Amino acid sequence: MNIDGITNGLVIDHIEAGKGMELYNALHLGELESSVALIKNVTSHKMGKKDIIKVDEVLDVDLDILGFIDPNITVNIIMNNERVAKKHIELPKMVKNIIKCKNPRCITSTEQELPHIFKLTDPVKRTYRCLYCETEAEKR
Amino acid sequence: MKNLLSITDLTTAEIDDLIEKAQDIIKHPADYREKCKYKKLATLFFEPSTRTRLSFEAAMIDLGGRVMGFSEAQASSAAKGESVADTCRTVGCYADIIAMRHPKEGAPLVASMHAGVPIINAGDGGHNHPTQTLTDLLTIKCEKGRLTNMTIGLCGDLKFGRTVHSLIEAMSRYDGIKFVLISPEELKLPNYVKQETLDKNNIEYKETTDLISAMPELDILYMTRVQRERFFNEEDYIRLKDSYILTPEKLATAKEDLSIMHPLPRVNEISVAVDDDPRAAYFKQVKNGKFIRMALILKLLDIA
Repeated sequence: MNIDGITNGLVIDHIEAGKGMELYNALHLGELESSVALIKNVTSHKMGKKDIIKVDEVLDVDLDILGFIDPNITVNIIMNNERVAKKHIELPKMVKNIIKCKNPRCITSTEQELPHIFKLTDPVKRTYRCLYCETEAEKR
Repeated sequence: MKNLLSITDLTTAEIDDLIEKAQDIIKHPADYREKCKYKKLATLFFEPSTRTRLSFEAAMIDLGGRVMGFSEAQASSAAKGESVADTCRTVGCYADIIAMRHPKEGAPLVASMHAGVPIINAGDGGHNHPTQTLTDLLTIKCEKGRLTNMTIGLCGDLKFGRTVHSLIEAMSRYDGIKFVLISPEELKLPNYVKQETLDKNNIEYKETTDLISAMPELDILYMTRVQRERFFNEEDYIRLKDSYILTPEKLATAKEDLSIMHPLPRVNEISVAVDDDPRAAYFKQVKNGKFIRMALILKLLDIA
């Protein structure tokens, strides 16, 4: 299967197989006018299978969202058919309005205008807890 | 801005300072009678409470300050749908410090982001109740003269009891502490508390379902309520409830200098016949609640 190369844009690589669509939605790539390719189940030496997203436009993507969904992702920035930068993602210390707290006793359940903020409490186990009630976020 | 939202906001040195200050207040109450003159405490209680609200108010009055507030959500603009943020921003315009109880977890954190004055969490649902923990620590210090080297029995509902979890977190900071966890199988201490607090700090503990056999080794017995609604069926509740009721007979093998504590309110888990036992410390605990809150108000208002 062939997908055209990119002149100026992004290649989001090393996405865990199956998480590509989640990332596509989280980054609102469906709202772009430019060409976007989501390639699933690409054979990878390192990962067995992986997903890749190619965007035909240099976007300022929210690296926190990427890091939260999958910190092993890499983001390649392509300019004039050349890779000019490769960004490795880290687990964000805090994420805002990416996921919602599901604890019915949390203050965010009744005060709708509050941002849903989760903080990283255990980088090894990738544990995030609600800033307000400390309920653990579901593992991704 | 300084706040007290969780016991983990305080370092061990800060806890020790608060206890020392509270003990000085107990010894020399007259020295503190005007420390908060012209200062105002707002008690914002979105759900009812007897001890906590009155102890905060008594604490501020004994420091020479004044108190205002409400004791149920229906008596505030929350009943009209006002947000916690707006209520606290408003009250922050009038008061120098706020003590807040709210049924929703994290509400005091929201308050601290908007009030512009120190916020004390006076209980947010099943989440945190740090002034109860400070009260417990002061009581242990007053009763034992130390916070180190002792065996603490925690009895009853160890699964849902927030006071128990916070007390374990706080006491695990001190040397030579051993816990005996006494509860029915259904209400055992959750694994995350064992892993994240006890195991992480290499604290010695054992679990048992039998209060009587645990009794002889205890220096502190911390009782909590076993609530009917925590059980899956009535049969189990009836079978187990009496095992965790403290009576004079069950104290027969206890140490002479045992201290019996309870966060109160009690329903029937400590027989009233135990009240006259010199080892009963739970009403002294109530009194200590006021003194530690006096120390805390002084600290958060930066008054020496």
